[in-house]
Amino acid sequence: MNTVALHPQGATDSAGPASRRIIVGYGFWLFLLSDIIMFSAFFATYAVLSGATDGGPTAAQLFDSRNVAVETACLLASSFACGMASLAVGERNQLWTQIALLATGVLGAAFLALEIKEFESLVARGAGPTRSGFLSAFFTLVGCHGLHITAGLLWLGTMMAQFLAKGFRETIRHRFLCFSLFWHALDIIWIAIFSLVYLNGTRV
Amino acid sequence: MFGKLTWQAIPFNEPIALGAAALIGFVMCGVLIWVGVKGYVPYLWREWITSVDHKRIGIMYCLLAMIMLLRGFIDALMMRSQQAMALHSAGFLPPEHYDQIFSAHGTIMIFFVAMPFVIGLMNFAVPLQLGVRDVAFPTLNSVSLWLTAAGSFLVTLSLVVGEFARTGWLAYPPLSELTYSPGVGVDYYLWALEISGIGTLMTGINMATTILKMRAPGLSYTRMPIFCWTSLASNLLIIAAFPILTAVLSMLLLDRYCGFHFFTNEAGGNPMMFVNLIWAWGHPEVYILILPAFGIFSEVISTFSGKPLFGYRSMVAATMVICILSFMVWLHHFFTMGAGGDVNGIFGIMSMVIAVPTGVKIFNWLFTMYGGRVRFTSAMLWSVGFMVTFVIGGMTGVLLAVPPADFILHNSLFLVAHFHNVIIGGVLFGALAGSTYWFPKAFGFKLDERLGKAAFWCWLSGFYLAFMPLYVLGLMGMTRRMQHYDQPQWRPWLLAAAAGVVLILCGIVLQVVQLFVSIRTRDRRREPTGDPWDGRTLEWATASPPPVFNFAVYPNVTGEEPYWGMKQRALESMQLAQEPQYETIEIPRNTPTGFVTAFFAVVTGFAMIWHIWWLVTVGLIGAYATFVVFAWRDVSETEIPAEEVARIDRANRTARAAALQRMAARQKEQEPVA
Repeated sequence: MNTVALHPQGATDSAGPASRRIIVGYGFWLFLLSDIIMFSAFFATYAVLSGATDGGPTAAQLFDSRNVAVETACLLASSFACGMASLAVGERNQLWTQIALLATGVLGAAFLALEIKEFESLVARGAGPTRSGFLSAFFTLVGCHGLHITAGLLWLGTMMAQFLAKGFRETIRHRFLCFSLFWHALDIIWIAIFSLVYLNGTRV
Repeated sequence: MFGKLTWQAIPFNEPIALGAAALIGFVMCGVLIWVGVKGYVPYLWREWITSVDHKRIGIMYCLLAMIMLLRGFIDALMMRSQQAMALHSAGFLPPEHYDQIFSAHGTIMIFFVAMPFVIGLMNFAVPLQLGVRDVAFPTLNSVSLWLTAAGSFLVTLSLVVGEFARTGWLAYPPLSELTYSPGVGVDYYLWALEISGIGTLMTGINMATTILKMRAPGLSYTRMPIFCWTSLASNLLIIAAFPILTAVLSMLLLDRYCGFHFFTNEAGGNPMMFVNLIWAWGHPEVYILILPAFGIFSEVISTFSGKPLFGYRSMVAATMVICILSFMVWLHHFFTMGAGGDVNGIFGIMSMVIAVPTGVKIFNWLFTMYGGRVRFTSAMLWSVGFMVTFVIGGMTGVLLAVPPADFILHNSLFLVAHFHNVIIGGVLFGALAGSTYWFPKAFGFKLDERLGKAAFWCWLSGFYLAFMPLYVLGLMGMTRRMQHYDQPQWRPWLLAAAAGVVLILCGIVLQVVQLFVSIRTRDRRREPTGDPWDGRTLEWATASPPPVFNFAVYPNVTGEEPYWGMKQRALESMQLAQEPQYETIEIPRNTPTGFVTAFFAVVTGFAMIWHIWWLVTVGLIGAYATFVVFAWRDVSETEIPAEEVARIDRANRTARAAALQRMAARQKEQEPVA
């Protein structure tokens, strides 16, 4: 039996190992999937514990939808800037690459600052993560996303320095491909947090 | 300055623990001094510690597993002798020490024996079977190895500095919460598993990418050796399951370090959520372990029966079905949670359904042997021993999957007997079959078969003697993890189990002797062709040990069992395939990144365990600096010139041509008979 016929993409089968770019991108996709599964565990925990307020404040009493809207805008704009950076990298334009990456970073940092502000105000109102199971789950889920953004910013800074120092070398472009995948994936997770945690929580 | 760390952390007042710690310390220092005096350090550093070669990483994984197996087995010996003694008496192990031992035994055997063993074998064999030169991300592979080693180091360190968890191998809350386990034991457990878990996750990504995106030309999915398929399934499960472990352990860490309320009894925490989450990882984990073992048995049985695997496609289908079903049965680990009859019923049925694809596999192996010219080498003995043992273990598993029966057998020694039956009889026998089978590929000479077979018989009979009594004890009502008891009718069975574990000890001693003898007499055992077992898959198409680039040119695959096809063509035409056009090969450069990362991981983990916050910062900055230094490298590959490739490959071709002549002559002799 001719097995190649079973595989419409049989081309990769007969051609041997895929190119470096495909392998790097593919591996990073798998990493992102695993990361999303980790978040799904935090989401599931949040779903289970969202009612476990232990007589303390509830979601509806705590969340400020205006702050979250601004946060979301910052993050989405940051992702857009990251897309612009991809175009600039494609054009091998150092100046625009740096500008777009800087914009990505500034918007990401703004998101992070707003999140920290929100956390601080919650703690100040006696609604810190140690108050109840619900708040533990909330701080961990949202904080884990924030931690990813922080790691992303660190990576972004390293990337910018690398583009400056090493130029548009192939390995560095591959790394940037991974970074932009990472940054967009964090948007997707944020959309889920936005809908499941904040929209659901402030629903009347 | 040193957080919670004081001299009190060294167990001066516990003679057994201190003795064990001293022994380990002596052995480790002794090995280090011996290595230093002999001047092996530069060699080890250059060729092994910094190596990114998948074969060497695989070998180091297996070595780690074997060393940790000894540690975990000593725990088993202590538990069995404690229970043999402890009728109406306290035995020789105080309760708090006994509790650490059974927790450490489970943790070590699963995370630092079974996992590194199967990952090591996958690392070693999969790229060779795929006909490629390395895994997708060689440096990441080295990072994974060293992170796993870092985890085992922390677990071992807990023996000397501080204590280990007393909570059982899954550290269920609320027992594992700060209120009930205020010491550092649970923290050692958590940080060791977080660190090694990240290493495992990276391996999963690495291997899955390798199998899906890097195969020799023509090696389509339906031509992949079955071990590659089972490895793929196992690594996909790692990608899907290990993040849950990372998440749930992080939540417990937050509870313990920051006063969160995920699993506490108060403030809305929910301990059963931990149990659900940990088993959502834990059940796939058992298939992560057993699927590669199934693959090894398939390869071994097919090779030593001299036949292609019976029902290759049904085997692939069964593997992938198990891969999916493994995520749908986690609740059978806690039927007694009280989820209700409907939920328990569904999970019970799903658990029994898994027996179907597994049964398919058993029949496939039997039919592979049927009508074959079976050679009972030691690898084959492990495989046949597995089939018998695993069927028994599987049947008691189906029994436990019946919720009403589980309510009675839950938490008893019946359960302990069941999972040892499948893990020893399945995973460990598989790893031992695989290491015997691929040993000549890795080192160029065979292990001593006579000693290997003797070790097998000790292991097999020892296993039955040690664990069949536990089934009986479970039915008699003995619960697991008992430090002492007052039921005289249990005693004979526990004595039998203790005798069984001594028999297993004989098996292990024979294996050590086998390794030693085989290495001493290696010159007599050399196998120049690289195909010692008359193999069928691509790893046998290259020299033993394979050159660093594995294959001088990518093999061109035209059907299933590619190497068997090549061999038959060579036999028919009485000559090897034409000499290929040799080209320069680029291989990744060795790098200390993995080792240095793991060093900082140990520093960070240790500092976290003992609350030495400044050291945590140092560790994290060190890890980031390592990452930047690695990212900044300018040269990542070295070239092997075409002449060098040609020289290495021609040497192997000469040996193969000579072997071909011998095989042809032997076939001619046999023809009149046939």
